[in-house]
Amino acid sequence: MHELGIVFYIIRDVKEAAREHDVEHVSAVVMNIGEVSMVVPEYLTDCWRWAADKEELLKDCELRVNTIPAVSFCDGCQQEFETVRYGKTCPHCGSPDTWLLRGNEVEIKEIIV
Amino acid sequence: MDEVKVIEIKKSVFAENEKDAADLRRELKGKGIYLLNLMSSPGSGKTTTLIRLINLLKDRLRIAVMEADIDSDVDAVKIRQETGVESIQLHTGGMCHLDAEMTRQGLDNLPLEGVDLVVLENVGNLVCPAEFDTGAVRNAMILSVPEGDDKPLKYPLMFSVCDLVVINKTDVLPYFDFDLDKCRENVRMRNPRAKVIPICARTGEGVEDLADWLLAEVRDWKQK
Ligand SMILES: Nc1nc2c(ncn2[C@@H]2O[C@H](COP(=O)(O)OP(=O)(O)OP(=O)(O)O)[C@@H](O)[C@H]2O)c(=O)[nH]1
Ligand SMILES: [Mg+2]
Ligand SMILES: [Zn+2]
Repeated sequence: MHELGIVFYIIRDVKEAAREHDVEHVSAVVMNIGEVSMVVPEYLTDCWRWAADKEELLKDCELRVNTIPAVSFCDGCQQEFETVRYGKTCPHCGSPDTWLLRGNEVEIKEIIV
Repeated sequence: MDEVKVIEIKKSVFAENEKDAADLRRELKGKGIYLLNLMSSPGSGKTTTLIRLINLLKDRLRIAVMEADIDSDVDAVKIRQETGVESIQLHTGGMCHLDAEMTRQGLDNLPLEGVDLVVLENVGNLVCPAEFDTGAVRNAMILSVPEGDDKPLKYPLMFSVCDLVVINKTDVLPYFDFDLDKCRENVRMRNPRAKVIPICARTGEGVEDLADWLLAEVRDWKQK
């Protein structure tokens, strides 16, 4: 359950952004969460509700999750493939020399005020 | 109705912690203190290994320990009783991991005068602690034989952030289908630069290799 720790990080960063932009209330926070980031969106939104409502700035503020599909790249044949479906081994050429191109994100995309 | 405005942020939530961790590392470097972050599943033998290790090294290094537990202080008390070194309990407030800020607060509560090595026993968990840089110089983990040799494949992030993988409970190898060579290979696949040291914390076998590695690490950190 590292989602709670992540929620505290989100709150800290959103507060900081709100201060910078002179915002008094945030109505939604949009997250980019990679498919293989090990963050469970349902846990994240549950923790969010509990923690965000304690903050005046974030009363009723919604946490929206954009899921970013995981894509790997194969050094063997220079092609991309779906990580979750095929794992470490390239489905095009069978090479194990593959690495994650995207899908590991845990980032705040934007806030809506 | 007020106008709706979108403010783009596009920032990793871990960025701030990574900055805190880098700052902490720099400060520790200035003070000549080596911080080791020790991770594993619950019960793989972190505390038992630490007791053995500290008793081998305490004449050569000044050591202190921080025990992170969600709620109890049994490990901190045990370390103090069995090694005599300073040991404190860090309360994680229900959290499954420690980050750089919590680690810093822990360090603030330790008498660090003359200390060469601080070991942080992280919360028992193979997933969450791997995500958070604590500010340690090195990450080490313990994998115990009953957990199975396939763990590097199942918890890739943990193995990829560790510089050292200790394989503990080798005394029970005869009772499990744990293949040491296969395990080494699985670790190498995830992290080619990780060092693997098999030990038995119960008997102390192999703990000297661990002590040698750590001693060299600490001396290196103080000199560089
Ligand atoms: N057979 C055997 N048992 C061991 C060995 N090392 C530790 N144990 C036992 O494993 C159990 C857990 O050991 P701990 O050292 O408390 O493990 P830990 O990782 O600190 O546990 P948590 O702090 O609860 O996560 C204890 O009963 C130890 O006696 C070993 O090398 N062989
Ligand atoms: Mg312990
Ligand atoms: Zn390929």
